[in-house]
Amino acid sequence: MLILTCPVCGVTAEETEFHGGGEAHLTRHGPGSSDDDFEDYLFMRENPRGVHFERWRHVYGCGKWFHAARCTTTLEVFGTYPAQTTEPPKDLQKTISKKRPGWTWRDLA
Amino acid sequence: MSTRLATGGRLLNKGKPLQFTFNGKRLRGFEGDTLASALLANDQVLVGRSFKYHRPRGIVASGAEEPNGLVNLGEDGTFEPNQRVTTTELFEGLSAESQNHWPSLEFDVGAINTKLSRFLPAGFYYKMFIHPRPLWKHVYEPFIRQSAGLGRAPKVPDADTYEHFHFFCDVMVIGGGVAGLQAAKAAAVTGAKVLLVEQTAQWGGRAPVDGGTVDGKPVDNFVDEMIADLEAMPNVTLRKRLMGAGVYDHGYVLGYEQLRDHAPESSGPRHRLWRVRAGHVVTAAGAIERPLSFAGNDIPGVMLASAMRDYVVNYGVSAGDRTVVVTNNDDAYLTAFALENAGLRVPVILDARVLATDSPAMAEAKALGIRVMMGHGIAKVQGGKRVTGVGICSQAGEGAVLEEVACDAVAMSGGWSPVVHLWSHCGGKLVWDEAQAHFRPDVDKAPTGAAGEAFVSPAGAAAGDLRLAAVLGSADQAGKAAAEAVGFKHTRAKAPVGETPEEAPMMPVWLMPQGAGAALRSKAWLDYQNDVKVSDVQLAAQEGFESVEHAKRYTTLGMATDQGKLSNINGLATLAGALGSNIPDVGTTTFRPPYTPISMGAIAGEARGAVFQPIRRTPMHDWHDANGAEWEPVGQWRRPYAYVREGESTHDAVMRETKNARENLGLLDASTLGKLIVKGPDAGRFLDMLYTNMMSTLKPGKCRYGLMCSENGFLIDDGVVARIDADTFLCHTTTGGAERIHQHMEEWLQTEWWDWKVWVANVTEQYAQVAVVGPNARKALEKLGGMDVSKEALGFMEWADGELAGFKVRVYRISFSGELSYEIAVDAGQGQAFWDALMVVGHDLGVMPYGTEALHILRAEKGFIMIGDETDGTVIPQDLGLDWAISKKKDDYLGKRAQARTHMTDPERWKLVGLETLSGAVLPDGAYAVGEGVNANGQRTVIGRVTSSYHSPNLGKGIAMGLVLHGPDRMGEVLEFPGTEGATFKARIVDPVFYDKHGEKANV
Repeated sequence: MLILTCPVCGVTAEETEFHGGGEAHLTRHGPGSSDDDFEDYLFMRENPRGVHFERWRHVYGCGKWFHAARCTTTLEVFGTYPAQTTEPPKDLQKTISKKRPGWTWRDLA
Repeated sequence: MSTRLATGGRLLNKGKPLQFTFNGKRLRGFEGDTLASALLANDQVLVGRSFKYHRPRGIVASGAEEPNGLVNLGEDGTFEPNQRVTTTELFEGLSAESQNHWPSLEFDVGAINTKLSRFLPAGFYYKMFIHPRPLWKHVYEPFIRQSAGLGRAPKVPDADTYEHFHFFCDVMVIGGGVAGLQAAKAAAVTGAKVLLVEQTAQWGGRAPVDGGTVDGKPVDNFVDEMIADLEAMPNVTLRKRLMGAGVYDHGYVLGYEQLRDHAPESSGPRHRLWRVRAGHVVTAAGAIERPLSFAGNDIPGVMLASAMRDYVVNYGVSAGDRTVVVTNNDDAYLTAFALENAGLRVPVILDARVLATDSPAMAEAKALGIRVMMGHGIAKVQGGKRVTGVGICSQAGEGAVLEEVACDAVAMSGGWSPVVHLWSHCGGKLVWDEAQAHFRPDVDKAPTGAAGEAFVSPAGAAAGDLRLAAVLGSADQAGKAAAEAVGFKHTRAKAPVGETPEEAPMMPVWLMPQGAGAALRSKAWLDYQNDVKVSDVQLAAQEGFESVEHAKRYTTLGMATDQGKLSNINGLATLAGALGSNIPDVGTTTFRPPYTPISMGAIAGEARGAVFQPIRRTPMHDWHDANGAEWEPVGQWRRPYAYVREGESTHDAVMRETKNARENLGLLDASTLGKLIVKGPDAGRFLDMLYTNMMSTLKPGKCRYGLMCSENGFLIDDGVVARIDADTFLCHTTTGGAERIHQHMEEWLQTEWWDWKVWVANVTEQYAQVAVVGPNARKALEKLGGMDVSKEALGFMEWADGELAGFKVRVYRISFSGELSYEIAVDAGQGQAFWDALMVVGHDLGVMPYGTEALHILRAEKGFIMIGDETDGTVIPQDLGLDWAISKKKDDYLGKRAQARTHMTDPERWKLVGLETLSGAVLPDGAYAVGEGVNANGQRTVIGRVTSSYHSPNLGKGIAMGLVLHGPDRMGEVLEFPGTEGATFKARIVDPVFYDKHGEKANV
């Protein structure tokens, strides 16, 4: 059971206080998008062994969505950050680079 | 025979004899006994039958690794199967019965399987029962089901109580042997908050039995002193009878405390589940001795050498008068010495090793006059339900018997395996230790926590340090490291110095003798409970099951209730040998929590009965209850299904309520409907994205029915939206949908359109809502008096705030019944009073409350869909003929792109129609319509299914809705619906609106 810190209200709590919401930073494709783009948006997901960016909701707390950068093999949490962004903060990416040189995720590295 | 010795038994209180029964036989033991030691003291060596061959089985071990001694314990409300005799403490009146035998333990019919064992090899069930297919259902499956499972399932609810307990500490030490004690002390002196837990009722682990000195004093004195020291420290919590069951992510540990299993007469919960958050975990869980694989190693009387030593020293119990010791290491000699000290005979020690000079242990044995045979082993154990002797052979040979020795017990030792389970639960890796022939924790690859730090340290035997001196050193280090890891400074205090006699290295022995032929190998057991032999694992390898995980599942090695604690390494080594590869290359199977089975009661804790799930009640709940409501769960709500009167059936009540709502006046408690306030300058724009229809154009004072889809295009909810003012909407959701839809809205607002100025509040429970339905609805409101509810003042699909009979109300003119209908919201606290007022004014107007089933029939008569009936997560609005509720003007809404996919626009999708049986009977809900021909599986082609089906009292016949291939184009066609037990229903496709097709009744 993970321990996560909600970046919105600052509470550090057990996983049971949160709810996982799948992969972070999806780009919505609506009407007019190609079949391939729409399929990617709706169904295709990263399944990394290592660095991953996920959505979580502090469901039994402040109710806010946020993002977490986490290692799927060691369960290390590199950081959490608010959901109102289209990519992970630069300083967090740097932190990850220090701990996991050569990491990649989608087109991030 | 096994018996109680006149002297010895350090754990016994001989002043307190206890009575207990085994298979109805009355037996005696002492306080301090385990059930296992008490059974052995009563010469009850035979304790069970194996799973597959029903072989007679005796006690092998003295702890949690015991594979054979499983019993049904207790009776009625305290009955529990599969309890381990070795870990069950004896108490007055204990009642146990053995398992997996028929008709009796001594004489078992299933034992014929052992004669057939040649025909029941690994994978037998897979090979045998696959063909011919039709036999599976009626012959094979019932047979396998009957022979599957150990013990009996309890028949009555558990009479005991259980609880959960949350605990937080800096360092948790699992295991209360000398390693655990030393680690706890080393951590505690730094000031860290320490929790030390021990699964048994004694501190000290094996050390008091195995002996040695610490700082020159006997090890039991050391244990006593350590306990006294730790108990005096305010920052240390000590708990016995508490097993570390599992180690999980980020330092979460489950502990299983058995509070009353040894003292059933005391009060309080039986088990307590500890949910621990530890900064650092030290696993000091010890090691488990391995059996040796020789023919007949499962015959009752063959035991682990360490277990036999435990029974003699701890419980004053001898397993036999003459015990042959067979070993590949020096440790087993301790058993020979303990037996000799107790005045028992050891005719011979068979040591598979060939050493250039005698080890210290060998020399001591010889000095005691015990015969030691180097390079020898057991060819075969003689005996059936009891050991009668052994045939001795050369370990290097093929099993030719050189000599036979009479004995009634065999003590075996194949070396020791650290208990690595807790280390491995959360990803700790293992390394193969060539010298000691076991896997031990690889401290460089520890489980890691939230910051990437190692959060588990192994200590003592669990780390692979088997000798007392090494145990204390590694435990001291682990304790200090644990405290340091959570920010405490440790002192330079020196570890105590342990001393035990020198030992010669052990020698791995995976098969005895090493050249044993097929006949011997097929009687050399690896997994006692599941009957897996050396020959089975070799067969699996030969048949291509090369992965250890596959071989495990094919042979069932390690899949019994002991989870391979004894058999694992021997099985891996056998597999590696058969594959011609190395043990570390073959690897291990995955260790999963819990370490030993824990009770379902402990997992449930207090969450039983009414506490299991909260029930949501409307403000009028008690009135419904007092007026005959039969309850229906809807989400977490309870709603009246129908109000049943004296002398009336439920069906009668439903029919009465349905008719009355159309003829007079019905009241429905609609408080459970979700009510979400959506407010802000961008609220209209937001709802245009959420609903398929246009909401931003709705005028204040008006209502509009809306559909909500997921981004995948499928219908997820529906309901009426009322525009309150320019930037405020009130969205009604389905009863079960309020929280879900609220979260759906929040998700899109927070994660996609976070710059839109919209707020959402769930006000479902703030209001009581009553649907006043039927031709007399307006009259009832007029009798209440107050606001103008005429058609002119408040038209269909409008709402207004006002007062009725002095209540502050908001009235919506909306209708889910097709009748003249007002849905009236009042403050939740006024709900019951308002309901009472309606019942009073309704008295002369024919008022009756109606329940959810009448609601369903009324909406089905009108062809209104119900989320969850007409929809199942694969249905889009277009399937339901709801195109009118999908805006053509909007560029976008959630689900719009998905609904443009080719399979969503496919004319072959089943569409909603009405169905009317030719006979007037009611179609079975969910029945399928069959067409011409068969599908690839030879089943009849299906062309539709029933989604809702009722008897309509207003129409006097069965009506239904369903999804049918090309349905709307086939009006008037008759379809065939096979029912159960050979019945077939014929139904005609009709318009789904059965009643008041033009909606004149609601709009008056």
